[in-house]
Amino acid sequence: MIKVINALLAIVGGVAGILVLYWVLNFLAERLPGKWEGRLKPYFYILPALAAIGLFLIYPAIQTIIYSFANPTSTKWVGLKNYTDLLTTKDFQITLVNTLLWIIIVPTFVVVLGLAVAVLADRLSSGGERVSKTIIFLPMAISGVAMAAIWRFVYEVRPAGTTQIGLQNAVWTGLGGNPVAWLQEDTFKLNTFFLMIILIWGQTGFAMVLLSAAIKGVPEDTLEAARIDGANERQTFFRVVVPQIWGTVITVFITVLIGVMKIFDVVYVMTGGNFNTNVIAVSFFNQLITNGDAGKAAAIVVMLMIAVIPVMIYQVRHFRAEEASR
Amino acid sequence: MTSTGTVQPGGAAAVEGLETAGRAVQPKRIRRRGGWFAWITLGVVCFLWLVPSIGLLITSFRTPEAALTSGWWTVITKPFQDWTTSNYSQVWNGGGSNAFVNSLVVSLPATVIPIFIAAFAAYAFTFMEFPGRDLFFILIVGLLVVPLQVALVPLLKIYGNIGLQGTFASVWLAHAAFGLPLAIFILRGYMTTLPRGVIESAKIDGASHYQTFWRLIVPMSVPALASFAIFQFLWTWNDLLVALIFLGPGEKEVLTVAVAGLVGAQQQGWQLITAGAFISMVVPLLVFLGLQRYFVRGLTAGAVKG
Repeated sequence: MIKVINALLAIVGGVAGILVLYWVLNFLAERLPGKWEGRLKPYFYILPALAAIGLFLIYPAIQTIIYSFANPTSTKWVGLKNYTDLLTTKDFQITLVNTLLWIIIVPTFVVVLGLAVAVLADRLSSGGERVSKTIIFLPMAISGVAMAAIWRFVYEVRPAGTTQIGLQNAVWTGLGGNPVAWLQEDTFKLNTFFLMIILIWGQTGFAMVLLSAAIKGVPEDTLEAARIDGANERQTFFRVVVPQIWGTVITVFITVLIGVMKIFDVVYVMTGGNFNTNVIAVSFFNQLITNGDAGKAAAIVVMLMIAVIPVMIYQVRHFRAEEASR
Repeated sequence: MTSTGTVQPGGAAAVEGLETAGRAVQPKRIRRRGGWFAWITLGVVCFLWLVPSIGLLITSFRTPEAALTSGWWTVITKPFQDWTTSNYSQVWNGGGSNAFVNSLVVSLPATVIPIFIAAFAAYAFTFMEFPGRDLFFILIVGLLVVPLQVALVPLLKIYGNIGLQGTFASVWLAHAAFGLPLAIFILRGYMTTLPRGVIESAKIDGASHYQTFWRLIVPMSVPALASFAIFQFLWTWNDLLVALIFLGPGEKEVLTVAVAGLVGAQQQGWQLITAGAFISMVVPLLVFLGLQRYFVRGLTAGAVKG
């Protein structure tokens, strides 16, 4: 009960505190002489936000870079040792390869599936469209942990000769195969692909919603013109629709990609990164919490930051282009 | 805006729910008949999409013995045999209710605290002119894609030093701050679409920025505020990483941490995963079904979050 009261106090106190803070800031700004009021007031308005971002994101990010050159307890410099240690171990190399596979495969499948569903749903009656979209979008609402719990029952394995209670093994043994521990089967990275399926299942709805809106925004007369010129449905789609929604395709791809780069919960819950399924965010967690090695954990984050930079540049550029065109 | 697309959410033109968005723009749109091919394909896809969840739902109502000795699909031939609600009561009484309350205790303040901080900043970025404005905003846009892992190592140390580690306050502050760039981005995107004339005339009537903000902009921005609030609430509710690092398992564990613990526990208490997972899904699903329009807008706006 105490913590519920604390939470309520945090809500009321937090909001009241913030409102008082802005009232005071505004009051101070209005007491400033003449021109200074108008000059400084904007900064007073953005100050709390920038302070919080600086304190909780920018300062720690810089600190993380510094820690990445220090020992596990951040008490002694070790130079590049954290990086060289990580990059020369087989485990971490596998982790990087896995993460790269995730980054390439998951966004691609999500976009293609999402586009296919969006196109097909567009051809149903509006009731059918709504129901099918809701079903496919539903997994977006739940946590990665819940997704993992759901799929745990698909991939579950029982010893040969006993009844299989996991769906995939039931089908597999029904077709005459021997039961397989799908999540431990790392030939051809099979288990990693099974983990990817979970995220593809979870994210397709997101792609579908954005792409569907884009498809419906394609002007009808461009389609009409293509048909009059004798284009068949497939040509119309690839030559007329796709070029017009290409911007959205890229957006969805990048959005999913950013999420996949730091995929944590699904892998952490399903395999804990074992059986060669490790990815960078799970590796980070294991270094930081399990091994208590702040240096290596920080080094992993720095690598992640470097990987994010191109996306960030793209993001900023695109934002500016969008602003300029408005 | 949606058709040209950036990783740019938030504007009023963002996706309007799952119903056929864009209908308003093109009222006379012709529905192309896809016929049986579209129906069958989507029927199969929807079936495949639902089956794993249905399996979990059915299993959560089966006795442990039944769940461990026969597949959930066997209930189709003998419905309502061996069915029980004891998994739910067992999870709920064995720490589930505590974790449920903890999840609420984490999510609600973490949702409410950033809203006005972001709204004031978004107001300044939209309606005020000042040197460095564009630079600061570009910084915010860049931060949208930065993974929150960048902050965790130092925060863990700082929290440890000042005695905040393991407290709810540590998670509130972290989530609130991590949510700010997105909140500012969504709100500014929305505010730029508000009619300028209204704000101009308020200025001519002698309203100060402070008055304009409270009397005009906040009421007009309610849809965007709601979108962000829903997104942030679900984000914090569904989060595992931050809760695991700052609160961990134990007395203060949230639902995701509790369920992750059950799934990791392999055979023991296995049937409890199902009920635990559904208890953790109830709130997001209710939000989804009840506030679909805001929910979709918030999610599509927020999926870039780091």
